[in-house]
Amino acid sequence: MKFPIYLDNNATTPMDPRVLEAMLPYFTEKFGNAASRNHAFGWEAEEAVDYAREQIAKLINADEKEIVFTSGATESINLAIKGVAEMYEKKGNHIVTVVTEHKAVLDSCKHLERLGKRVTYLPVNKEGLIDLNQLADAITDKTILVSVMYANNEIGTIQNIREISKIARSKGALFMTDATQAAGKIPVDVEADGIDLLAMSGHKIYGPKGVGMLYVRRKNPRVKVTAQMDGGGHERGMRSGTINVTGAVGLGKACEIAMQEMPTESVRLAKLRDKLENALLSTIEETYVNGSKERRLPHVSNISFAYVEGEGLMMGIKNLAVSSGSACTSASLEPSYVLKALGLNDELAHSSIRFGLGRFTTEEEIDYAIPYVQQAVAKLRDVSPLWEMFKEGIDLSKIEWKAH
Amino acid sequence: MAYSDKVVDHYSNPRNVGTLDKDKKEVGTGLVGAPECGDVMRLQIEVDPETKTIIDAKFKTYGCGSAIASSSLATEWLKGKTIDEALTIDNMDIVEELSLPPVKIHCSVLAEDAIKAAINDWRIKNGLEPLELEEHH
Repeated sequence: MKFPIYLDNNATTPMDPRVLEAMLPYFTEKFGNAASRNHAFGWEAEEAVDYAREQIAKLINADEKEIVFTSGATESINLAIKGVAEMYEKKGNHIVTVVTEHKAVLDSCKHLERLGKRVTYLPVNKEGLIDLNQLADAITDKTILVSVMYANNEIGTIQNIREISKIARSKGALFMTDATQAAGKIPVDVEADGIDLLAMSGHKIYGPKGVGMLYVRRKNPRVKVTAQMDGGGHERGMRSGTINVTGAVGLGKACEIAMQEMPTESVRLAKLRDKLENALLSTIEETYVNGSKERRLPHVSNISFAYVEGEGLMMGIKNLAVSSGSACTSASLEPSYVLKALGLNDELAHSSIRFGLGRFTTEEEIDYAIPYVQQAVAKLRDVSPLWEMFKEGIDLSKIEWKAH
Repeated sequence: MAYSDKVVDHYSNPRNVGTLDKDKKEVGTGLVGAPECGDVMRLQIEVDPETKTIIDAKFKTYGCGSAIASSSLATEWLKGKTIDEALTIDNMDIVEELSLPPVKIHCSVLAEDAIKAAINDWRIKNGLEPLELEEHH
């Protein structure tokens, strides 16, 4: 086994060697600009990009003409939200989204609010799911876009996308989803799911960093977004800039592999994830899974180990690369806004660890991780005054803490 | 962010973890921080009534590695010091000893607060006026 063991696959994934292999020729001998229409170098690049579009489109049951290449999911999301707000400004000025969205969505919306648009941020329940009635009530005749992430990056909760899009579209709003964590991991189908715009990224699915795409529906309805960058009018005028050919080829190959392996891989990962989660929950008291256990990505487990601080725990399990909802390293000292939105108290949010399994995670690694985490939690609880107080039956919420 | 060797050492082998009898007159207890801030320190001292020397010090800390190391180091420094000497411990001494980065300075501040809170608790129990504490936050 090689240490540290990588269990942070929701942050990024290692590139699959098959993806790298597909990309390599396009750095050197096949270096053409896909927009060069007059010679073989350009044709070769264009052909590669078109093939990648097909591979990507297949993964989400779209048409290849509906794929717009970008630099990543953040750009895709910015283009979708700001581009729709600008394109449809005569139709309305209101957007509905959710408090647990990625910062790319939330901050794009905040930007629009500063420009005078209106945004409704829906709350979630303790599983991380939105209330469909609340959604329906939030949509007005001025609502142009509903943006709800497919699956959450911190807790893996999968929203009820089909029902959400039905409500949005029945009220005349476009439906967009940030599928960065979901695409390539679970079935995503823009037709069956009723998706008008979808953002995804290469590096979350064992592809390269620096490439992503925005799916923009071409019919029923035909969706348009205003370009957010001026230039040569590439990508049907929606995203100027020479296409990142190697990136596009990599994203395409990554989608193809993800699609082929999804049926077996999602089962294998869920089994490993459940093994880890069940072992930790059954042997360590006061341990809680955050988010929905039923509607969840197969490879994610977000667990709060009460009375142990997340960053302190990460130091104790340094052979595992994981992440924490504790924000002890950031200047704000604020724990994860996603976990807080679930209704977790700050202490439990600070005590959370996200385990993100991936294509290269082995059972041997999980078998190593289980006792390793158990020991670290036990050791830190021995040092924790909160644990001692809890064991003495003291209600921590009744103590007047000298917050600093 | 990489931790300094000394932080790793105190985190891996914390000194003086434990609990003193908080009801004893010779024991002073300081509990500072808050769970919602991600760190809580409890630092206790046992003081010799004759010499006013700290004969034992214990801590328990909920927090990151730097918070655990700061309080572990504080207990090490407190043992053998008189109360007056203990009051001179400054958070920047802890920062320097553990090479704490700027984002972790609050851990050392918390440790200094814990020392002063423990001393005050002991003073009150022994009929002395509590000291005016400088407000750090």
